[in-house]
Amino acid sequence: MRLFALLLAAASFFLSPGIQAQVKELPPDALVRSVTDEVLDIIRKDKDIKAGSTKRAIELVEQKVLPHFNFTRMTALAVGKDWRQATPEQQKMLTEEFRDLLVRTYSNALTAYKNETVDYKPFKMQPGESDVTVRTQIHQPGARQPITLDYSLEKNGNAWKVYDVVVAGVSLVTNYRSSFATEVRNGGIDGLIKTLQAKNKSLEAATKK
Amino acid sequence: MKAKMTRQISKLAIALAFAGLLGGCATSGNPKDPIEGFNRAMFGFNEGLDKVIIRPVATGYEAVLPSPIQTGVANFFSNIADLMIGVNNLLQGKPAQAASDAGRVLVNTTIGFLGIIDVASSMGMEKHEEDVGQTFGRWGVDDGAYIVLPFFGPRNVRDTVGLVFDVATDPVSHVDHIPTRNVLLATRVVSDRAELLKADKVIEEAALDKYSYVRDAYLQRRRSLIHDGNPPKLDPYSGLGDGKTAAKQEGSDASAQVAARH
Repeated sequence: MRLFALLLAAASFFLSPGIQAQVKELPPDALVRSVTDEVLDIIRKDKDIKAGSTKRAIELVEQKVLPHFNFTRMTALAVGKDWRQATPEQQKMLTEEFRDLLVRTYSNALTAYKNETVDYKPFKMQPGESDVTVRTQIHQPGARQPITLDYSLEKNGNAWKVYDVVVAGVSLVTNYRSSFATEVRNGGIDGLIKTLQAKNKSLEAATKK
Repeated sequence: MKAKMTRQISKLAIALAFAGLLGGCATSGNPKDPIEGFNRAMFGFNEGLDKVIIRPVATGYEAVLPSPIQTGVANFFSNIADLMIGVNNLLQGKPAQAASDAGRVLVNTTIGFLGIIDVASSMGMEKHEEDVGQTFGRWGVDDGAYIVLPFFGPRNVRDTVGLVFDVATDPVSHVDHIPTRNVLLATRVVSDRAELLKADKVIEEAALDKYSYVRDAYLQRRRSLIHDGNPPKLDPYSGLGDGKTAAKQEGSDASAQVAARH
């Protein structure tokens, strides 16, 4: 029995370091910076993305960006007070659909990348803080004014997860709140799920063309 | 005479009731948007105008002109705008920013060939974005109801009043030679629109309902601008978490949220 436990411990030790090393206690600003740099680096080299391949961009986002986002929290924020009347099953479906919508929109924005550079604003954090904002600025070549891009992160166990992205002062998450509320008022939580599914389907169809 | 007036009044009443009805079927009950029916109609009008005239022209402009020239044109108008941006910063009690804006105009108008090259930005003088609506906001004027203006698009009551001042003090509209003025005004509209072409697709894709997406983005953006990018957190749901924390707060803030919505 002890041998079994030992084996299990050994196995988990060997299996997990890769995953753990990746997410382990990277401070939020360093996390944002490393993910951003990595993604930009790939975009600059990837011929498919440069040619406008949304499919390839989605793969990239799912691989590199998604693990650092807390989509359940994001969806709860977007849905607002109606979130509580959703069953766990509905919450799961909402989260999946909302994630797909955000990933697709974000990925498409990536394919429009043209030599933008990212600046990181000075970041200060009090010890023990578990909810922070990392501020960045996107400089477009030729444009006079950089676009601000802020990430809100919270600490989940050891890892920091992004739960909101604010572009030029507009939260990509809470900006959905009133249209989500309207959908829920008209068709309940299931109505909102259906609307999101239909939206994702139509976007998917448009990508295939 | 009296009968005529009564008739007029009743006509008006019918029109208002009808407008209310229109508003009634489109409204999502957003307290910031009491005239949603009217706003949606105006939004549709602006979208149509954009689709038929402004966007095609801007697309052509973007396709034909080399991008350095587009940048030059945009810089030229941006430099003119910096003048009133500086005045607004001064009115908002931010003399350092105002001085920087004045410096920008000075540097860009001279070394930057009438503003065509934004030398000031590369010298570290940051471009700001201010207008009279923001100045009012800074002074504590409430934003009032959301309203979609023909041609100008999303505003709120405060920013509409601000817009009147912005237009009245716009140096371009004070150019004496009328044809020149008109060419300048039209070029500015096209140049501004061309810079937003990229955002079109993203908004179309992201929004479930474009009207409310644009409205809510406008409201958030203005709030952020008034606080120069650092608005105080105003989110009754931020403690919602993933459902774990929700149970704890259930009793206390659920009613507060309902109250906040109505």
